[in-house]
Amino acid sequence: MAEKMELRDIEVWDGNMAASQAMRQVQIDVVAAYPITPSTPIVENYGSFLANGYVDGEFVMVESEHAAMSGCVGASAAGGRVATATSSQGFALMVEVLYQASGMRLPIVLNVVNRALAAPLNVNGDHSDMYLGRDSGWIQFDAYNPQEAYDLNFIAFKVAEDHDVRLPAMVHQDGFMTSHTAQGVHTLDDDTAYNFVGEFQPMNDMLDLDNPVTHGVQTEEDWHFEHKARQHNDLMTKVFPKIEAAFDAFEKLTGRRYNLVETYNVEDADAVVVCMGTSVETAVEVSKELRAEGKKVGVVGIRVFRPWPFEAIRDALKDVKAIGALDRSSPNGTVGALFNELAGTLINGDTKNVLSNYVYGLGGRDLTKAHLREIFGELLANAEAGALTTPTQQFVGLRGPKLSFL
Amino acid sequence: MSEIKKIKNLKEFSTSADRFEGANLLCPGCAHSIIVREILNATNDDLILSASTGCLEVCTAVYPYTSWDASWIHIGFENGSTAVAGAEAMYKALKRKGRLKQPDREPKFVAFGGDGASYDIGFQWISGCFERGHNMMYVVLDNEVYANTGGQRSSSTPIGASTTTAPAGRVSYGEKMNKKDMLAIMAAHGSPYVAQVAPNKWKDMIKKIQHGFQVEGPVFINAMSACTTEWKFAPEDTIAISDLATDSLVFPLYEIIDGTKLNITYRPKNVIPVKDYLGAQGRFKHLFKPENKHILDEWQERIDKQWEYLQRREEASV
Repeated sequence: MAEKMELRDIEVWDGNMAASQAMRQVQIDVVAAYPITPSTPIVENYGSFLANGYVDGEFVMVESEHAAMSGCVGASAAGGRVATATSSQGFALMVEVLYQASGMRLPIVLNVVNRALAAPLNVNGDHSDMYLGRDSGWIQFDAYNPQEAYDLNFIAFKVAEDHDVRLPAMVHQDGFMTSHTAQGVHTLDDDTAYNFVGEFQPMNDMLDLDNPVTHGVQTEEDWHFEHKARQHNDLMTKVFPKIEAAFDAFEKLTGRRYNLVETYNVEDADAVVVCMGTSVETAVEVSKELRAEGKKVGVVGIRVFRPWPFEAIRDALKDVKAIGALDRSSPNGTVGALFNELAGTLINGDTKNVLSNYVYGLGGRDLTKAHLREIFGELLANAEAGALTTPTQQFVGLRGPKLSFL
Repeated sequence: MSEIKKIKNLKEFSTSADRFEGANLLCPGCAHSIIVREILNATNDDLILSASTGCLEVCTAVYPYTSWDASWIHIGFENGSTAVAGAEAMYKALKRKGRLKQPDREPKFVAFGGDGASYDIGFQWISGCFERGHNMMYVVLDNEVYANTGGQRSSSTPIGASTTTAPAGRVSYGEKMNKKDMLAIMAAHGSPYVAQVAPNKWKDMIKKIQHGFQVEGPVFINAMSACTTEWKFAPEDTIAISDLATDSLVFPLYEIIDGTKLNITYRPKNVIPVKDYLGAQGRFKHLFKPENKHILDEWQERIDKQWEYLQRREEASV
């Protein structure tokens, strides 16, 4: 039996500690993990919990991230609660197994501390790894600060393990900006946290020795399409109600409200930026200042990146005149992924929104309030003109002359 | 520790516990199915199995069918070892937490992989599992080639074999490298038990598999799996070819206990020339051209040296 840990109502935790405390509280049965900056402390913290009797599951320190996710898949198929953490190159190495985990409908939770992808090698935060996972069939939650990294872990386990869902889930946080920035985090006591997620209910578990199961079959053109279609159907139709129910239950428990899409001052806004991660908080700060100056600006933060909350985003943005999609990943030859998603979401709507794309913050480059003021200024000009007044895609915060396209 | 299953004769053994169904898509004459049945039938215990991508996997779990009457998992080409290690970790966790559905039964964990999955692409994963000491058995179905994808060379392919990626041709005698010595490598991991087995020597195989199931920790089994398709012999000759392999000492049967103590477990009464084994297979046909005689000579010399080495290791008992 694992020891309980006494927590203060508010603990000073960085995002990594917040995630590892949540992992401890839900009493994972198997963690198979491999350290990589900036998610390493999650694995270290978990090791420390184990060494001091606060967890009694198996902690398998494997030899690579690919093996970490492989071990998680084997453990999850065996029938129990499974989670791990990674970043960047480690995430990239896992990608093969990410698809296998979701295709086998295994409710693994993966904490992804977002970091740039080499080359050039870079340990700092951007969203390249998060974007790399977006077609992998996982649910993707995005935390903007340590509190949310803590809370969203509970949501992730609850949704992923639901027998109507049975899909793995990622909880993303920004490398260093969230993972290594200590803030006050409102805690749940161990029992309350565990009970919110509940005891793991196995399904098709290999360890049920009286009911052998075959996991990871072969399908070709005869059945592969149906399997993929069913998975997509479940992501599109079954997951959102479960997430919203979990958000409601969590609000009832804690008073903290989460939404598929977080909106700030959007209702009457002329210009809105759409972004993820820590940038949401910076953008909200700037929008408040600009509101005080009488400028009608707002912010949309994507809370659930996959499945993409099409309707919630369309509803939030339908009356906004000018929208800036802020992408923290190099599109490498096209518009940013958020720009594409938003364009696809809005194109058949009744209102014509002017949409532009800002690429920012690669490899941990700061997105400052001054940058956001400039972006909002351009978006307001677009709103006024009812058309683009800038190139479609611009790079923000890059040294040297301005870089823009299209 | 569970009781060791008593096996009286081959007929009884071959039908004693069918958890691997004859309904599968493996080639007629494929040694994989013989080996897998021999291993599964060696125990009455529950089994949790995995297979890496390869012939065994694609031929036994084609949706909506399965040939497995024991829990079985396939993830990818390289991670069959870690798949079963993850399941073994879950077993330990649930046992500790008192959540096993059948707490009195202790399943065995077995991973199967081809030589491509084991010697090449999955090598790191196996090494990791053995270093960590999972209580599992890893079985290589060693047919010395990427058979599932049509006969490409692997690091288990022996010198002189013609494969699709190292074919014999006007200026080449085929594969240039010697087979990787996986047993030595796995023994060097400190595994409590590594052994080489062949399906024709079924009593030897059962003894080794049962020993492997009795010891604690990761056990490595290299099983010679004669491949009718890629070695190029008639499907009905699988056991005859296997006999040539073990009797020519190309495929010696031995075990290594606790990483050091080596025992030879089969000594042919009449050792046959290596060329008799090579000559029975299409993949070595070109070696019998006059210009390749030096390769045939090298083969015999190498196998002689290997046998000498194994005997010295056994005598030294260290």
